[in-house]
Amino acid sequence: MPELQDILFYAFAGLTLLCGFLCVANPLSRNPVTSAMFLVLTIISMAGLYVLLHAFFLAAVQVLVYAGAVMVLFLFVIMLLDLREEERRKLNGAAVGIGAIAVGTIAGILTRALWHAQPLAKVAAAEGATRSLGRILFTQYLLPFEVLSILLLVAMVGVILLSRKELK
Amino acid sequence: MIPGLHHYLIVSGLLFSLGLFGVLARRSLLVIYMSLELMLNAANLALVAFSRFNNNLNGQVMVFFIITVAAAEVAVGLALIVALYRKRQSAHVEDLTRLKY
Repeated sequence: MPELQDILFYAFAGLTLLCGFLCVANPLSRNPVTSAMFLVLTIISMAGLYVLLHAFFLAAVQVLVYAGAVMVLFLFVIMLLDLREEERRKLNGAAVGIGAIAVGTIAGILTRALWHAQPLAKVAAAEGATRSLGRILFTQYLLPFEVLSILLLVAMVGVILLSRKELK
Repeated sequence: MIPGLHHYLIVSGLLFSLGLFGVLARRSLLVIYMSLELMLNAANLALVAFSRFNNNLNGQVMVFFIITVAAAEVAVGLALIVALYRKRQSAHVEDLTRLKY
């Protein structure tokens, strides 16, 4: 009798891969909004996988930052641009075929290599992972953390500059 | 079968391949950008799985940084796409051939 966690892993993994596939290669619709919605579903089911991996803080950040902020940004831009034309265009058959062959080969090699790898023994979880994550973030990784805030500031200034009306 | 490290890594590898396929096959800049996000997420999943099964939190800190950098990158990239669309009236990679000829 498999445990609930194992069933949940297969459920979330299947959902992640299915929604990821529908995001990049939906056979029914080529509307960017559909892709964005399936990307949201992929990200949320990946948050489920993070919870199964006991990375609770990262699961919350994943939902808040990716499914919340980043995807809203994507949907705003899709609304801003008129992308109806994308649906009318024909797909480049050669690109799709060669891409599928290349990607299928890479996926096959990766899966085969990992399938035959020696599985690592399962170790006990670090208790209170969020607390220790915070501690390590503000001691050992304090300088990268501060540099990252400067990066966010630079990105913000860059976006404001780029979205000016008269772009030189 | 009880899911171990290699199960998570296989999911991560397949997700990365899906993102790569999206970048190669799709022709809309926005969908290509979403596929890039998918590839970043696949790398994140592998890092979190390694961090869990090696009982080491450094992987999770790395994922935290990657998520933050990805957010900044998405903001700048989408601003670039909007600026490009204003100039060219198209967000389609086959129309952006100024450097090609």
